[in-house]
Amino acid sequence: MKVMAQMAMVMNLDKCIGCHTCSVTCKQAWTNRSGTEYVWFNNVETRPGLGYPRTYEDQEKWQGGWVLNNRGRLKLRAGGRFKKLLTIFSNPKLPSIGEYYEPWTYDYATLTEAPAQEHIPVARPKSLISGKNMKIEWSANWDDDLGGSTANAHRDPMLKKIADKVRFEFEQTFMFYLPRICEHCLNPSCAAACPSGAIYKREEDGIVLVDQDKCRGWRMCVSGCPYKKIYFNHRTGKAEKCTFCFPRIEVGLPTVCSETCVGRLRYIGLMLYDADKVLEAASTNDDQGLYEAQRDVFLDPSDPEVVREAEKAGIARDWIDAAQRSPIYALINTYKVALPLHPEYRTMPMVWYIPPLSPVVDVVAETGEDAEDTGNLFAAIDALRIPVEYLAELFTAGDVGPVDAVLKKLAAMRCYMRDINMGRDPDGSIPEAVGMTEEDMYDMYRLLAIAKYDERYVIPPAHAEQAHSLEELATECSVSEYGGGQHDLFGEGSGAPTPIAVENFQMLQDRQTSESLAGPEHKGSRVNLLNWDGKGSQPGLFPPQGDDS
Amino acid sequence: MNQFLFVVVPYLCLTTFVVGHLWRYRYDKFGWTTRSSQLYENRLLRIGSPLFHFGMLGVVGGHVIGLLVPQSWTDALGISEHTYHVVAVVGGLVAGVMTVVGMAILIYRRRTTGPVFSTTTNMDKVMYAFLGVVIVLGMWNTIAGSIMTVGGEYNYREGVSVWFRSFLAFHPDPNLMADAPVGFQLHALVAFGLFALWPFTRLVHVFSAPLGYLTRPYIVYRSRDDDQLGSHQPRPGWDRVG
Ligand code: HEM
Ligand code: SF4
Ligand code: SF4
Repeated sequence: MKVMAQMAMVMNLDKCIGCHTCSVTCKQAWTNRSGTEYVWFNNVETRPGLGYPRTYEDQEKWQGGWVLNNRGRLKLRAGGRFKKLLTIFSNPKLPSIGEYYEPWTYDYATLTEAPAQEHIPVARPKSLISGKNMKIEWSANWDDDLGGSTANAHRDPMLKKIADKVRFEFEQTFMFYLPRICEHCLNPSCAAACPSGAIYKREEDGIVLVDQDKCRGWRMCVSGCPYKKIYFNHRTGKAEKCTFCFPRIEVGLPTVCSETCVGRLRYIGLMLYDADKVLEAASTNDDQGLYEAQRDVFLDPSDPEVVREAEKAGIARDWIDAAQRSPIYALINTYKVALPLHPEYRTMPMVWYIPPLSPVVDVVAETGEDAEDTGNLFAAIDALRIPVEYLAELFTAGDVGPVDAVLKKLAAMRCYMRDINMGRDPDGSIPEAVGMTEEDMYDMYRLLAIAKYDERYVIPPAHAEQAHSLEELATECSVSEYGGGQHDLFGEGSGAPTPIAVENFQMLQDRQTSESLAGPEHKGSRVNLLNWDGKGSQPGLFPPQGDDS
Repeated sequence: MNQFLFVVVPYLCLTTFVVGHLWRYRYDKFGWTTRSSQLYENRLLRIGSPLFHFGMLGVVGGHVIGLLVPQSWTDALGISEHTYHVVAVVGGLVAGVMTVVGMAILIYRRRTTGPVFSTTTNMDKVMYAFLGVVIVLGMWNTIAGSIMTVGGEYNYREGVSVWFRSFLAFHPDPNLMADAPVGFQLHALVAFGLFALWPFTRLVHVFSAPLGYLTRPYIVYRSRDDDQLGSHQPRPGWDRVG
């Protein structure tokens, strides 16, 4: 047994209101730079829908993740090492910018500097890629809230799998939101696809990172990741990905997306797992067995044997304590309500989801029946095959069993708690019907509904003896030391890398003091109102002020 | 004059090449990348880049054989001058044509695809100018020199190659080069110019050709405090405590 710790996340989809706050705050923190305009480490997609980038789940097309070869061993779907090297000169499976969208800004100066005139001036969209006028045809959330679904939704790869049973009809539709970040997989195919070995998994907390000094821009990882959560920075020529906000995690703070989530639906905590079993679990024959196989890889942090092994593996005591209190462990293993996203990609993802009951509740409520009655809800879960099968395509490789079980637990919790809230006697038969005790059910309710900050985020800080060198606490260097550098010696993106926090500060300042609209003279100098944080003024946004004012 | 052109200049360029790479690797690892433009444009790249690169690998291989393997060795193996010549010319032509066509596509793409053009740095342009001239001169030497024998028969394996090996052995003999046809002289000189530029262009990517990928384990684990913490190297003069 080789115990390793993994920082993991669970999202409760029932609570997501699709406000995109997480995406925006993440962008502000991490990808608010030129070269990363189209990069959303966190994105929220409406399902059914095409996702971002468009149809990324169609692995027949994009060839991401792992498959089993005919000897039952794992191989990269896009081909082995030789094939990767032979196709390195032009990656055959790289999504073009069109599959994401061409980022743009508006020429606001034409509005603010327009003289009095008969016609209202118009700000035209300008491409942030070419700097030219452009026609906007797609964006990160074009099909938000099922916008344009009659035209688009039938192309959703997950809907296609069950589409012989349904034609997507707008009137009988269901909808929910799926926020996505990098899965920080236990068996990351992005890392496996990287020819230079620049993508690594941190031993301490399992966060998957790209070493910016080692990345050589071969862009194989972009196609290697089935979730398309590696993005190519087209300015620096390097791959970038969600960092699980490691500078925050290291000091015990939750990620920016979690911290700012309006629905408070994200949970962060540790999972202990047996690294020796990962490969075997990922090679499970049956796609639908992968969910269970992955759960078997996790270790029970309260088991004395596991604790002993963990200590032997050098995991600190406070980390083991944190693993024992981990809300992730509770949701995945104790209550078994969280499911992995697309286990069939065999990367062993570590951001799990509690599937939404709301599509079912909505239908029951619409019929005028009592949507908080177990009988009605259970019957509806059984009857509403389309949403349930759809969820199963997302979370269990199409196996409706586990999804059914989770939805019934959530339904049971709803009904059980209603009795309590109405001051009636709790009905013990309800938890029993889904195989839970009344106490468990109440605890689960607490965790899902009213858990406070420190119960939702159980993040042991990295160790104090290292803290002086950790990113956010770095005290060795003053900001000004990084101001100049040798930015432009070799064109965009050159020069020594700056600490992330300082870099973003510098970029913000550069941008706010730059003169250009779209054409970047300097890597950090683009004006983009999407990224404007409201502080300082954007050049071109307000008319210049007179000297005497 | 010959001393200057075929001894001083090449050594200066070689020094720049070596020191430049060391320096760049030390100070600009972050800028060490192919700067792929595939995100912007795929269709032309898909044809042009493999053509160019596979052609280029052939060309490089050809040069290694032609320049580094002495004629006496191939003679000893019983390969006649004529056989060698035919193989070299045919191989060279195929690789050369692939390279030229590939490069033409790449340059056309750089010029005509808006986003690709706007991310083309001045260094790229200079690099392409040198690379283009070297390749064209090389093709000229093969076609005009070896096939059509314009300006008389010339066996570079008795001239240029010997000079090149003497150059690498730090015993340069400029006279061998001085006697070579002008096409060969220019080809070599511009190539050395390209070598001097090399460390300052995107061509550095050649030296990180990821052959290690074939043998390393798929998943890389790294400890947070591998030998550096955070995203930056400790500055000189700062020692880690603890
Ligand atoms: C041997 C290993 C090599 C590898 C793995 C390699 C790989 C690559 C890759 C991945 C790109 C980026 C293509 C894109 O997506 O835009 C590229 C571009 C380029 N490579 Fe190489 N290369 C190699 C050798 C060479 C050599 C020997 C030369 C020339 C002397 C060369 C010259 C170039 C040029 C000029 C470009 C820019 C193409 C353009 O976009 O205009 N490469 N290379
Ligand atoms: S989800 Fe993240 S860790 Fe997993 S393969 Fe993609 S980029 Fe890598
Ligand atoms: S902030 Fe929370 S509620 Fe809003 S979209 Fe993101 S995950 Fe959903």
